[in-house]
Amino acid sequence: MLKQIEGSHAMAEAIALCRPEVICAYPITPQTHIVEGLSEMVRDGHLRGCEFINVESEFAALSVAIGSSAAGARTYTATASQGLLFMMEAVYNASGLGLPIVMTLGNRAIGAPINIWNDHSDAMSVRDAGWIMLFAETNQEAVDLHIQAFKLAEELSCPVMVNVDGFILTHAVERVDIPDQAQVDAFLPPFDPVQVLDPANPVSMGAMVGPDAFMEVRYLSHHKQMQALDRIPEIAAAFKERFGRDSGGLIRCYRCDDADTIVVAMGSVVGTLKDMVDDRRDAGDRIGVISIGAFRPFPLDEVRHALMGARRVVVLEKALAVGMGGILASHIRMALRGHPTKVYTLIAGLGGRPILKPSLNAFMDRVEAEPHYDVHFLDLREDIVEAEIARMAAERRSGPIAENVLRRVAATAQTTL
Amino acid sequence: MNQMTNQTVKFYQTGTLTVGNRLLDPGQRTVQASEERANAITCGHRACQGCGEALGARYAIDAALKAAEGNLICVNATGCLEVFTTPYPETSWQVAWMHSLFGNAAAVAAGVAAAQRVKGRDHVRVVAQGGDGGTTDIGFGCLSGMFERNDDVLYICYDNEAYMNTGVQRSSATPGGARTATTPAVGDAPGNVFGTGKNVPLIAMAHNIPYVATASVADLHDLEAKVTRAMGIRGARYIHIMVPCPLGWGSASHDTIRLARLAIESGLFPLFEAEHGMVTASRPIRRKVPVTDYLKPQKRFAHLFKPDNPHGAAALARLQAQADENCRRFNLLRAAEEGK
Repeated sequence: MLKQIEGSHAMAEAIALCRPEVICAYPITPQTHIVEGLSEMVRDGHLRGCEFINVESEFAALSVAIGSSAAGARTYTATASQGLLFMMEAVYNASGLGLPIVMTLGNRAIGAPINIWNDHSDAMSVRDAGWIMLFAETNQEAVDLHIQAFKLAEELSCPVMVNVDGFILTHAVERVDIPDQAQVDAFLPPFDPVQVLDPANPVSMGAMVGPDAFMEVRYLSHHKQMQALDRIPEIAAAFKERFGRDSGGLIRCYRCDDADTIVVAMGSVVGTLKDMVDDRRDAGDRIGVISIGAFRPFPLDEVRHALMGARRVVVLEKALAVGMGGILASHIRMALRGHPTKVYTLIAGLGGRPILKPSLNAFMDRVEAEPHYDVHFLDLREDIVEAEIARMAAERRSGPIAENVLRRVAATAQTTL
Repeated sequence: MNQMTNQTVKFYQTGTLTVGNRLLDPGQRTVQASEERANAITCGHRACQGCGEALGARYAIDAALKAAEGNLICVNATGCLEVFTTPYPETSWQVAWMHSLFGNAAAVAAGVAAAQRVKGRDHVRVVAQGGDGGTTDIGFGCLSGMFERNDDVLYICYDNEAYMNTGVQRSSATPGGARTATTPAVGDAPGNVFGTGKNVPLIAMAHNIPYVATASVADLHDLEAKVTRAMGIRGARYIHIMVPCPLGWGSASHDTIRLARLAIESGLFPLFEAEHGMVTASRPIRRKVPVTDYLKPQKRFAHLFKPDNPHGAAALARLQAQADENCRRFNLLRAAEEGK
């Protein structure tokens, strides 16, 4: 059913349609509206047969989810940013134990300085934790990915994280097609766990493993993720067959067929990039965009294949590996190893900085001039950082960098006035 | 229905003071008295000789299993109990058992309990267990959350008063003056700093949960009774069991029970029960012993007894004062007074 609805509430409705049995949550911006919506549905009886548990921390939220999933209940939780980092130990644990928990990550920057706005720093911090990581471009896709996520998680017995850009998707009100219960029931069978805590058939889960087996366990985690490279597109195809929509999949190419420049990105920024591509195509530029739908497992082969025809690749990413550069870009370079394709890293939108078409166009116009091994920060206030670097060199002090930068921003604003 | 294979347990000793008090009337016998007991933790695990925790856990979980008629799921925090029972691919647990992390046993158990509720399996009961480190320190937030939500979980803390699994470091359950690897017996105030630490049974009571108790491996009959009592109640329950650690305490393996008993009889470890925040029962001390009787056989307190330690006497006096305060607070000496 088509609805004009906030992204978070649309996701909450989709999750409810998946008939979760245990939902646990701790409030953290910007995922709060999702679990608020779910708690209301549990309370008012729309979501029957579900326990909603308010916990004292994100660490407890995922820990409760670990317990309920291990005991055979379909389990959902959501988090963001600092919350994800606070539950980090349990994030690894859930995947190590092979528990098919579905978690929404309302993507948000990580402090300090504290910042509630969107980027992908949080997701990138758990990229090696053994979770399948899907990224939604739109709220429609966020809805659809959650339904696919439960299926994927339970088939592979592996946790799945659905990444949705904080505020940009979670708080945006737009038209979304919410499936009906019969459609979802036909697509997603009831949870049939492969191993469950059951007094009638007791097992020990989470035993201590030494050097004699740990490598093999890790290898098998890797193998499981590689299996998802097949299952993700298959599930997306099955989804399309049942719901009539293209949603999900490993990567999505837009106007890439004859492109000599391809922009690679993840999440909601792909919408802006498609717009930019359309404009530049109109101006005769052979440009396309690829959206990475599954960051883990990373579809190296698909990416390589899709980028093979391009002369240059611009990787736009909303996260920074401090001291190294682009995270997604290093993946793309890996996919293109042995090929002469130039890869440019464009860090954009950190901490919610708007990613604007004029800035993108300006960058694309002079991308050839950029040394391709360097990292470019979109709309970085170079006057500010240079002044601050000079001051730090002169005064030799650390401390509240953010406050100093803000002071300079204010000072610059006054002089320009 | 429980299909767990009960194994016939061999008894090597007989007599009133041995396992399960089989010379008592059948009605008074403990779970361990039956050769057909559940034996939740099988023999062959890798605990140290004289391990109080291995003994306490077996009695507690067997009693819980009996009370739950076999329908029990156990959750374990990281720690000695987890490590010595489950070196993969072996497991000593005959009961459905799960270990997740050091600090989240209470929350994982809450999740397991939620799954039982939602699946309509209300007869399946949940026990969480951890050492004092996993309970009073790193797992304290999750434990408090479990209490506060009144989750239907019995949490059992096996208290050996330090982080024994990692090499005897101080926890917030370590007594004042005790030497640990991180509270060495050097300096002006050797051993653990006085006036620190937590009393988690009292903190549990402050959450107004239905049932809180302390127990000890010195009185296994009492321990079983308390576990059984706790299993008869729904909601959040907490039992704090003192389990001496020969390795960490520097005591003889054969002294585990004796030391646990001296801890009770000196007043340092009061045995009591509380319901909804009020103490409802405490076990009186018949013949109170000085704390030095309890402290002296343990190497972790040896520095307090050195004649050249100018602070030893003061530390011993403080420990004695704590014991006396416990006696007053929990009215432990009433039996002795009644006997006068």
